[in-house]
Amino acid sequence: MSVAVETVGLTKRYGDLVAVQDLNLRLNTGEVFGMLGPNGSGKTTTILMLLGLTEPTAGTARVLGWDPTRQPLQVKRRVGYLPDSVGFYDELTAWENLRYTAALNGLSSAEANRRIGEVLERMGLQDVAHRKVGTFSRGMKQRLGLADVLLKQPQVAILDEPTLGLDPEAALEFLALIRSLKRDGLTVLLASHLLHQVQSVCDRVGLFHRGRMVLEGTVDELRERVLGGAYRIHVQARGAEVERILREVPGVVRVTRTDGDTYRVEARVDCRAEIARRVVASGDLLALSVDRPGLDEVYARYFQQVEAQSGGAA
Amino acid sequence: MSTQVAQSGAQALARREGSPWTGLWAVVYKELADHLTGIRMQILETLMLLTAVGTVYAATQSIRQTIGEDPFLFLRLFTTAREPLPSFVGFLGFLIPLTAIALGFDAINGEYSRRTLSRVLSQPIYRDALILGKFLAGLATLAITLVALWVVVTGMGLFVLGLPPGGEEVARGLLFLVATLAYAGIWMGLSMLFSAVFRQPATSAMTAIAVWLLFAVFWDMLAALISQALRPTQYGGVAEELAQARLQLLLARFSPNTLYAETVIALLNPAVRSLGPVLITQLEGAVLGTPLPLGQSLLIVWPQFTALVAVVILLFAATYVLFQRQEVRA
Repeated sequence: MSVAVETVGLTKRYGDLVAVQDLNLRLNTGEVFGMLGPNGSGKTTTILMLLGLTEPTAGTARVLGWDPTRQPLQVKRRVGYLPDSVGFYDELTAWENLRYTAALNGLSSAEANRRIGEVLERMGLQDVAHRKVGTFSRGMKQRLGLADVLLKQPQVAILDEPTLGLDPEAALEFLALIRSLKRDGLTVLLASHLLHQVQSVCDRVGLFHRGRMVLEGTVDELRERVLGGAYRIHVQARGAEVERILREVPGVVRVTRTDGDTYRVEARVDCRAEIARRVVASGDLLALSVDRPGLDEVYARYFQQVEAQSGGAA
Repeated sequence: MSTQVAQSGAQALARREGSPWTGLWAVVYKELADHLTGIRMQILETLMLLTAVGTVYAATQSIRQTIGEDPFLFLRLFTTAREPLPSFVGFLGFLIPLTAIALGFDAINGEYSRRTLSRVLSQPIYRDALILGKFLAGLATLAITLVALWVVVTGMGLFVLGLPPGGEEVARGLLFLVATLAYAGIWMGLSMLFSAVFRQPATSAMTAIAVWLLFAVFWDMLAALISQALRPTQYGGVAEELAQARLQLLLARFSPNTLYAETVIALLNPAVRSLGPVLITQLEGAVLGTPLPLGQSLLIVWPQFTALVAVVILLFAATYVLFQRQEVRA
């Protein structure tokens, strides 16, 4: 599998403030990678370094084999960027705004018109193509932003907080559009602090905290590493030794009795059937359900653990 | 160790690749279209056109009534004032700085406040192209406006006076146009510089207008005050008065308004022989009131003209450096 984006020891300091620290990032071609973390954890700074818009203090980056610091034009010809709360020239129409982008990319007039028609239709904006962008809603502007990214037919799309400020329905629609980019074979780098929203579209995620990427892997891997189990099974049962029985089920990592006769089981695999068989054999099974904890919980739990460790060390 | 140092040195020297002017024309065309269709410029252009028509019409009326013989009658169109209207040149001195400031005051901070800067700079262009493109588009807008005005004035002259301009009059008129463009470039460069310094377009516009007011209204008073304080006339001798006048002129010439006014006077009035104080002994053998050839007039204003152009370049260079060092993120 070829590598689309790679950074080695990438670091950015503003005076004493460390924005990004020793980042080793690797994106394979065709995958959707989520850079997740709270505001100010270094996501946007990383993106600006990948586009050559900010110079790294140390370390190197390669985007599609080009060095963004020295060959930014090569990088920017092949990479589309949707900035955090993207802006357009309000007094121009959607079409005119895209014409400017096309001109900056050196497209011929005929080619530009063809591509603009295509991307506007794909984003469902063909009916408002000749309306001034000043009248657009937040969701429409965001879709126009994605049209702007696709206009140059990029190999890599970098999207910064793509669902921020969208209502839930528009956010879901936008996530579906991002999935369609993956089907087209684009490599997508997504930065967001809305972990629960974007976890469903990401093949792999990296969790950022204070300029460092502290965890990296697929969502399931992170669940297992941090929470001990990717599945959380809620059992309500009456019987003498329910807790012991549950512990003995293969794949179970941890069992906690939450109250009375309900138990929370953390498991590596979905072992509801086995739990049901064993509990029924020795007692009464009243309820059984499963949920999969989100990245928000992974993130929160990870820092509880980190703090507990550092507290214990002190 | 030494090879490491050499390597990092070589890396620092390695240039960024690709022309810094990639995409320049795309920026110029877009900005030019914005300027020419924007309501802001349309208002100012209408205002300039109306003053041109008004003042030149008044000038033709007074020229018809008074002048007997004047070899440069056509140039009088620009400079003749008739109460209560000032001359065309006088009006232009007010309107040009305002127009130029209107063209530049939100050039850079406007891109930040509309949040378009990072999107534009993520296209395959360097910042160099963006800033130079904006500057060239502003100058082109000013040039188009000024040429249109000049054609209107010349056309009205032909129509009302029924007299074609001579070759030297056309040449002087065109040089006047170039000097006006340089003067306008100063105010545009200044407002663009402020648009890079200040985050709010309103702040940069107000600051640029404040500087213009300083030079248009207060500078001459300040120059007079300072020269009287530093070179007082205690005994009333010629040497003392000359020293004071020279200092006052020197101080006044720090203002672009003075430089422009001197340039325009010497270009549009061929009879002007000197822009500084002249002693009676220096006039020995001179035939007063006879016009100078164009080359000699140009020679008189060459320092002023060079200074105007130099200030434009300096202001642009300062804006350029400041913009290159700014973070893309607001």
